Amino acid sequence: MTADALHPELAPEEHQVHDLAGAHVSDGKYVQIAIFLAVATGLEVYLSYSGLEGAALVAPLLVIMAYKFITVALYFMHLKFDPKILTRVFYFGLILAVSVYAAALSTLKLFGG
Amino acid sequence: MTDATLAEGPVVVAPGDYDDDHPVTNTGLSNNKLAMWVFLASECLLFGGLISTYLLYKDNNISGGPLPRQIYDIPFTSISSFVLLTSSLTMVLAVSAIARGEERRGRTWLATTAGLGMVFISGQVYEFQTFVREGMGFTTNAASSAFFTLTGFHGVHVTMGIIMLVSLVVLSLRGRLGVERAETVEIVGLYWHFVDVVWILIFTVVYLIP
Repeated sequence: MTADALHPELAPEEHQVHDLAGAHVSDGKYVQIAIFLAVATGLEVYLSYSGLEGAALVAPLLVIMAYKFITVALYFMHLKFDPKILTRVFYFGLILAVSVYAAALSTLKLFGG
Repeated sequence: MTDATLAEGPVVVAPGDYDDDHPVTNTGLSNNKLAMWVFLASECLLFGGLISTYLLYKDNNISGGPLPRQIYDIPFTSISSFVLLTSSLTMVLAVSAIARGEERRGRTWLATTAGLGMVFISGQVYEFQTFVREGMGFTTNAASSAFFTLTGFHGVHVTMGIIMLVSLVVLSLRGRLGVERAETVEIVGLYWHFVDVVWILIFTVVYLIP
């Protein structure tokens, strides 16, 4: 019995055992993405020396960090092209971690003395 | 499941329904790949805990000694970050090459990735030695313990990745890393990219944000 018969409720493209996602993006595109990541890292370092303080420094650093994180996950880890269930699995762990530790840090900040 | 499917009785997977490399699975996905993603999701919790611990203790030097942020060498760590980012590029090029059946090129990219990983680890060892010379050891204060634990765990992950990459290179040299093994390379690549994204977080949160 094939996967189609096991899970007819799934969309046809999800029935297949997925082959490699490497063919979705050309090597040149990967190089472009890497250059973007390098420039973003350079911008982060520049900001850290810019003399900005407080939220004016932290906010742009966190935004750039998030952009870099998502770019690597989407393109280098192929989440953009792979079945959505893999994205859900990964983001479940990520969101759970962020939620748990944000709650823990907030609690300790409030009641830690 | 439809009535017609239910009427067929128990699910029986016939030998012809799968081959060794691509077995039929309930999800329609490779179990190995799915398992790696579940593992990486669990790793988010591990590194989330370590980063949170560092954030809690980063200003705690009650027992004396310097704080990590007082002795960071940002230019040096920035170069290490570029090295690790570049290794992600070479890793994805390796996956791409192996998927196209270009084993020799894939092997070259894998070896390059392992080499860049070694450069990163060497940088980390040098950084640790510098910190110890400047009076900040693992047990100097709570901040240093949290710092060394976080970056040390990351370093161990990078080292494990290097071992996997070298294993793939050895397999390739023996002619056993053809296109039929491309998924194995992709799974190792997922691990390597995860190590990279964790460093993206550490570099910003630990090193750059005061």
